[in-house]
Amino acid sequence: MRDFSYLRASSVDAAQLASALPGAMLLAGGTTLVDLAKCGVAEPDTLVDITHLKGLDAITVDDRGATIGALAKMSGVADHADIKSRFPAVSEALWQAASAQIRNMATIGGNLMQRTRCPYFRDGENFPACNKRAPGSGCSAIGGVTRGHAVLGTSEACIATYPGDLAVALVAFDALVHLGDRQVAVDDFFLLPGATPEREHAIQPGEVITAISIPGTPAARRSTYLKVRDRQSYEFAAASAAVGIEFEADGRTIRDLRVALGGVATKPWRARGVEEALRGKVLEPDAVKRASLLAVEGAVDHGANHYKIELAPRVVARAILKLGETA
Amino acid sequence: MTVHMKRHGESKRGDASDGREAVGGRLSRVDGPPKITGAAKYAVEQQLDGLAYAVLVESTIAAGKVRSIDTEAAESAPGVLRVLTPDNIPPLKTASDWLGTPPPDAPYYPLARDITFSGQHVAAVVAETFEQAVAAAALVKVSYDEAPAIVDLSDAKAGDGIPIDAMTKEWGDAEAAFAAAPVRICAAYNTPREYQAPMEPHGLIARWQGDQLTVWEPSQWLDGMARTYAEWFGVPFENVRLVSPYIGGGFGSKALALGHGAVAAIAARMLERPVRLVMTRPQTFTGYGGRAATRQTVTIGADAEGKIQSIVHRGVNETSIDGMWVEPLGSTTSIMYATPNFSSRQNVVRVNSVVPGAMRAPGENPSAFGIESAIDELAYEVGIDPLEIRLRNYAEEDPHAKKAWSTRQLREAYAVGAERFGWSKRSPQPRSMRDGNQLIGWGVAAGTYPVRRAYGEAMVRILADGSVEVESSSIDMGQGTYTILAQTAAETLGVPADNVVVKLGDSRFARAGVTGGSRLAGVMTGAVHKAASAALDELVALAISDPRSPFHALQANTLVVANGRIASPRGDGPEVSIAELLASVGRDRIEAKGDTMPANSTAEERYKNYTTIAMALPHTEGDYSRYSWCAHFIEVRVDEDFGTVRVSRVVSALDSGRLYNPKLAESQWKGGIIMGIGQALLEEGIVDRRHGRIVNNNLADYLVPTNADIPDIEVISVGIPDPHSSALGGKGVGELAIVGVAPAIANAVFHATGKRIRDLPITLEKLI
Repeated sequence: MRDFSYLRASSVDAAQLASALPGAMLLAGGTTLVDLAKCGVAEPDTLVDITHLKGLDAITVDDRGATIGALAKMSGVADHADIKSRFPAVSEALWQAASAQIRNMATIGGNLMQRTRCPYFRDGENFPACNKRAPGSGCSAIGGVTRGHAVLGTSEACIATYPGDLAVALVAFDALVHLGDRQVAVDDFFLLPGATPEREHAIQPGEVITAISIPGTPAARRSTYLKVRDRQSYEFAAASAAVGIEFEADGRTIRDLRVALGGVATKPWRARGVEEALRGKVLEPDAVKRASLLAVEGAVDHGANHYKIELAPRVVARAILKLGETA
Repeated sequence: MTVHMKRHGESKRGDASDGREAVGGRLSRVDGPPKITGAAKYAVEQQLDGLAYAVLVESTIAAGKVRSIDTEAAESAPGVLRVLTPDNIPPLKTASDWLGTPPPDAPYYPLARDITFSGQHVAAVVAETFEQAVAAAALVKVSYDEAPAIVDLSDAKAGDGIPIDAMTKEWGDAEAAFAAAPVRICAAYNTPREYQAPMEPHGLIARWQGDQLTVWEPSQWLDGMARTYAEWFGVPFENVRLVSPYIGGGFGSKALALGHGAVAAIAARMLERPVRLVMTRPQTFTGYGGRAATRQTVTIGADAEGKIQSIVHRGVNETSIDGMWVEPLGSTTSIMYATPNFSSRQNVVRVNSVVPGAMRAPGENPSAFGIESAIDELAYEVGIDPLEIRLRNYAEEDPHAKKAWSTRQLREAYAVGAERFGWSKRSPQPRSMRDGNQLIGWGVAAGTYPVRRAYGEAMVRILADGSVEVESSSIDMGQGTYTILAQTAAETLGVPADNVVVKLGDSRFARAGVTGGSRLAGVMTGAVHKAASAALDELVALAISDPRSPFHALQANTLVVANGRIASPRGDGPEVSIAELLASVGRDRIEAKGDTMPANSTAEERYKNYTTIAMALPHTEGDYSRYSWCAHFIEVRVDEDFGTVRVSRVVSALDSGRLYNPKLAESQWKGGIIMGIGQALLEEGIVDRRHGRIVNNNLADYLVPTNADIPDIEVISVGIPDPHSSALGGKGVGELAIVGVAPAIANAVFHATGKRIRDLPITLEKLI
């Protein structure tokens, strides 16, 4: 039987020290870790339980922005009154993620560390080749069942889709990941697969996610998260968009626009091309639809996932136009 | 397992007078409280001393041979008791099939050397704990000589398959009539592999005591599975006891003893310890078969008014390399509409898959997807309403058997369903109904399922305290057997249902055949009614004739029993409780075991009736053709940009004859409709064609509907008692309602979008 050590961290410092041990993994809500351990993908030598750390679940919101402790639960953040009013896309992304049971268990820090649902990544017994799971072994997904795989940010080594929703909203609004004293922009926290798909996050051994912070902006306040999926609940995105808009005083001209995509890329995907094309323009359906096509600039399909290239711009356009209607 | 008729949270004590507890009453499920509170113990939850845990090792190739199995690391892992491989297990005997066909005299190894599908059992590890067994199973190294696999029906190597002549149904000259018809349509309809996905995975605990085997296992057929275990191990049938108190869903998948059960029983025998084996969720996708993938072409020739002249139907379903599963694809096609010319033929194609199996309405369900889509296409071709074309081609008798329907309330189902749905307000043109970005479509389709009949047996005991016990080796997998048998006994005996205890799920009880094919309720209410009537006759005879009885002096011909009390019909004598009567005549019980078999049946015939399906009575036996019927009216909303389909309204009118408990029947109908929504929009086993392996083998990736996918569903009973179908007038309930849902949704999607989707499921990329 595979034995492992279990340490209960008494402080953030202790958690950081313990997490630097070889083969150490942090245990918070456990919704990803336990799942991956059961299918043999996660094989920690040491589990560092951080669920008892005090003060890491606080949610504070003021005019400058929001700071959310790493141990806050998904459901707690989704239902927080100030998050709902000042960062609606964040709340909506959380509500549409996972299931009620998982949202009640899973933490915000753990959510950022969520792994892909690529079936080849999750089944090493039947599909030994996976560069993400076993670096250098190859990619079983390319040439296989690819309906759910990424069309943006892929490499020859990996086409696995980033599965989450929350981080899509975070990347749209320039959130920061707090690793103790160090802070990293969410967009930089998630890494492209490139030749090293096993490295998914810009986090070093000995670092622990302590919080995320989201700058308070008018675009974040007028924002939404639109998720299109095969099943109405408990299902990953076929394509999703986090969008926020700030209008000029005329209520029609776009001053600031934030667009990020989920379900179509190897990481939470900021669509700056769409933002730049529409910034300074009057919000108008045809222009929005045209600009939204830029969301999938450079997209590459692998057969069965081609529909994502069609779908993603439509999701972006719908989300932008929906926000325009409320102007 | 025993379920007492004690309801929780109800102030009014139920009695027969309020009508809920009589047959036909809306009594709530009596197994509900134990399930909700966790008191219900499922088969593999039994606590046994010395229990060991087995974990399966499965093939990772789809075709070839096991070259060697390296068990050294696994055997030396902590807690490991034994690693079972094809080389070290004793051979079993091949068992007969479910028809009782004598098996070939060949050994049966539930662990395979010859690999015919990915996920085949090749080894098993038994350890002191489950975790130790899981860890050691990962250390078993199997090496293979791999061979090319036929991955599915579309594989170039698959060929046209084997013609199944028994499936051929033909009358008139269908080809010629089609060629001469002024209106002709022809299209191909495909359904993918689908899986039963019960909440409770398959598993068991096996224990040997000498030559006696006890198996705790979720089962839709205790007697049939006990027969298989007995034949495998060469022990008498009586030596095998199956215990299956509650079943967490079966949908056809738990009717037969399967390879994993043989492995667990072998392990228990080798180790002389009870062994528990539970499949992982991924293993449930390959450890037994789901619904076979199917392909059909439906060709209809009609006159200009849409009256059908000819139907030519060709079907194909997949089966495994060394097993035979026929999904009868012409079953609905051949009976739904009147046509003077008809031809249906079917082939079966061997692919490297586990042998497919029964899943809710095998045959009728995919068959209906073909014919009920095609008739819709014909309606548009002719330019008439999809409901009207069904009425124009209404089959007044069984077009295949050429017999009168026992009852067919399908016309009533169309009328009532259309009225409740508001069908007359439908705008006929596709893409003509919309709400913002959403295209709205209304579709209709019919469904049917034959009335499968068999003989049943039940034990009814009237006990000293006046309470009643009913025993049967039939089972309750959520359909409500515990409840309706209590209602049947209560009504027959004239006692409150509260006083009836129903015991099911133990093969030591009175025998029962398979709980499948929607037959259990009809069979078992008849058997309980018969046994209870016999018990009542004995009770009344005692009361009249025993000198110690208070009724003895009355010299009555008969007595009445109501609400647990006995009186004379005219009320001119004493009135005593059943308990008082039994006390007065010195009896501690009255016991009647009754079956519905012909009186001169031999012991062999009885054994055959309960352990095979060979004695089932044909649904077209005698003068009548017996089927349940339904009509589904469904509204979908299709997002024009995203291609997502959501079902927004369902009205279904159904004819299952008399309902023994409408509340439970409605619940089963709704369950069937929900499963049909999943079939239409979500469910598909996706094969990696390079490996011949299902990749979405878990409940996160194999999508079944969530509550959010399900709108309010209105179900309406239009049935009337059918005396030709069962003793108490009911027809089948459980499978009927899934039949026709997928085509109704596909038809609604066409109405919404103008796109005809002939390949299930209807996923968004097919519509954007």
